[in-house]
Amino acid sequence: MMKILMLGWELPPHNSGGLGVACLNMARALSRQGAEIDFVVPYEAKHPEVNFMHILPATHLDPIYRYGNGAYETMRLLDKIIPTENHELISLRDVQESYCEFVDKYLKEYKPEVVHAHDWLTYEAGILAKKNYGIPLVAHVHATEFDRAGMHTGNPLIHEIEYEGLMLADKIIAVSESTKRIIHEKYHIPLNKIDVIYNSLDENYENSDYHFKDQTYGFLLKQKQEGYTIVSTVGRFTVQKGLQNLMRAAALAISKNPKLIFVFAGDGEERNELIELAADLGISKNVIFTGFIRGKKLRDIYSISDIFVMSSVSEPFGLTALEAAHHGDALILTKQSGVSEVIWSAMTYDFWDTQKLADEILSIAENPALKESLQSNIKNEYHTISWNEVAKKCLKVYNKIVKHKDY
Amino acid sequence: MRAICLYLHIHQPLRYREYSIFDVGNDSNYYNDNFYGRQSNERIFKKVAKKSYYPMLRLLLDNMKKYPEFKVSFSITGTWLEQAEKWEPELIKLIREMVSLGQCEIVGETYYHSLAYFYNLDEFNDQVKMHAEAIKRIFGVKPKVFRNTEFAYNDSLARWAEAEGYEAILAEGWDKILDWRSPNHVYRPTGCKNLKLLLKNYRLSDDIAFRFSNRGWSEWPLTVPKYQKWLDDDCLRGNLINLFMDFETFGEHQWEDTGIFDFMNTLISSWLSEYENKFVTVSEAANLEHPVAEISMPDTVTWADTERDLSAWLSNSMQRSAMEQVYALREQILNTHDGKLISDWRYLTTSDHPYSMCTKYWNDGDVHAYFSAYASPYESFMYFMNVLRDIEYRIKK
Repeated sequence: MMKILMLGWELPPHNSGGLGVACLNMARALSRQGAEIDFVVPYEAKHPEVNFMHILPATHLDPIYRYGNGAYETMRLLDKIIPTENHELISLRDVQESYCEFVDKYLKEYKPEVVHAHDWLTYEAGILAKKNYGIPLVAHVHATEFDRAGMHTGNPLIHEIEYEGLMLADKIIAVSESTKRIIHEKYHIPLNKIDVIYNSLDENYENSDYHFKDQTYGFLLKQKQEGYTIVSTVGRFTVQKGLQNLMRAAALAISKNPKLIFVFAGDGEERNELIELAADLGISKNVIFTGFIRGKKLRDIYSISDIFVMSSVSEPFGLTALEAAHHGDALILTKQSGVSEVIWSAMTYDFWDTQKLADEILSIAENPALKESLQSNIKNEYHTISWNEVAKKCLKVYNKIVKHKDY
Repeated sequence: MRAICLYLHIHQPLRYREYSIFDVGNDSNYYNDNFYGRQSNERIFKKVAKKSYYPMLRLLLDNMKKYPEFKVSFSITGTWLEQAEKWEPELIKLIREMVSLGQCEIVGETYYHSLAYFYNLDEFNDQVKMHAEAIKRIFGVKPKVFRNTEFAYNDSLARWAEAEGYEAILAEGWDKILDWRSPNHVYRPTGCKNLKLLLKNYRLSDDIAFRFSNRGWSEWPLTVPKYQKWLDDDCLRGNLINLFMDFETFGEHQWEDTGIFDFMNTLISSWLSEYENKFVTVSEAANLEHPVAEISMPDTVTWADTERDLSAWLSNSMQRSAMEQVYALREQILNTHDGKLISDWRYLTTSDHPYSMCTKYWNDGDVHAYFSAYASPYESFMYFMNVLRDIEYRIKK
């Protein structure tokens, strides 16, 4: 039985995004295959779903403080909601420091065979394990700082930590070929040090007892019955997601076929720009902004949609595409998304090619044969990538570096 | 006497380019992608000419001059002939020389390499007639033997061929039909009185066409002595070996560096070095013996995939709806009497188009994906339907 120390920043239900979900599913599948996992998180909280591994709190902080508490206003606000004894300002760097101290203490007592660190937040602790205790390090890249910055230069400190972690790691796991390419091109890491392991859909997502009921979006359902095609996208409204291109493609498509509705589900700093752009293009009537949604409301959007578009300029993986596939949407993905590397039953385009995107939307909307083919083929395909496969590949990576250590 | 009947199929489709919905009504140039584009017919034709057509035609012609007993049969589609006349007319000269030597027979088929037989019999008849006229004009001969696109064959097609006066028809020699019987004989299709049926010996054909360069194959590398031993052994089941394959096997599917040209060159002389061995054309093969038995294929059999049916072309809803919508326009198209429009429409009937929309093995990324000119079956369908929409627009104009 292999002993693994896993370093993460969040686990459900205390997660804000896909990272926690991916970590949980991966750890669960690994433990099913006999791995013994200690998982360090930067906060203290209950994880009622987790009984297959030890979750170790690195601090006594409430989960909500795990990214530090940033601005003064937020601090005061949070104090009202969750009164804590610690009235000091804490920054993300403070949390990371405590996290490292904890890992250091842990390693004085325990000797895991491999340390598996998820994203830059935990790389410093991983480096510590590697440098001071000689434990082989796997750095898992769910996203690089280049992705988060929409391929522009991001935070230099994060770049530095990311770079050091990737340099010192014995093996790197990237969530897609395109992420692997970024790691190679931007951080000059040799390709043979990087293995690609794609993510899969959350096991709970598939097993849950969700049922689509039409009341949430009755007006959309009505328009659908009138012959409209519903095209949706889900995500943060940020430059990385390429939503302005999607809006321009929407205008092109609507110029040929007015029976199209575009649903933009999510929120972010680009929201006002997008609303304005829709108005400038004269398509406001065909564009719906739902605001930030999750849970059933989000699933209802997937369910009611005919087409799901992932318009990202850069997307390490793109889990929402698999969620949309689960709900039977026809998929249109940018070639720059990791998920387009493993999904075959989808249409693809380059993120800047608004005409091709419009072509694809129109074609699906107007040819039932194409829509049905895409929808039924993706249903058969999306779950062929399973977390068990992910775990098997992780174990292979571990074995490679553990063996290597013996020389 | 023991005979090899070597029959090679010569075809290139006219590929439609990545034709956008925003081109519809503005630009009716569907088939001329720019030279470096993915669907450039000119670039692809010239490439295959260099890798396959020229070297193999020269090899065959040289052997014909050396051995008067060496013969081949070709089926050549109209879409190939048009492209050859435009871009590589030397190819036609080479074939014409073979025909004039009397050592090369041309087989009849549809001009556009279409599956019209399964959609519209009038269109099928028109395309077969067009093809026969083109063969007469270019090579001065009339096809006596028929093959349908993709070897798609059934009993009713055989009866059609007999009524049209053909001497023989070609089909796949598939185990499920033949059972214990051998493909190395001449047969008679059920329901026919005069027509002969020649069946492909798919094992010995595929040894060359598909397995020749496969290093994972236990028989690799395939040498002439080994292959000739197999031919000798197979003659115990009948003295006619029908080697039917794509012409592009030589140089395009099996590249020159696999030794395929040397293999064929050596095989021809080695086979002919034994006095009882011969090469025959398809109509000579049909007259080698009286039909030994009747063969019935009520359901359509093709030469593709392990299923040997039409599923690679017409199984999914995109393929079916694309083809149905093409054929549904026939009357309207012909009524326009617009030659350019009619031929633009007919190019869409080429079977390569629905083949590029095949999703059967798409996820495995195997041969269907490898030979496709489009990024995915879905894109191929999208561009096809856009072209069709422009054609409809032109009818109404």
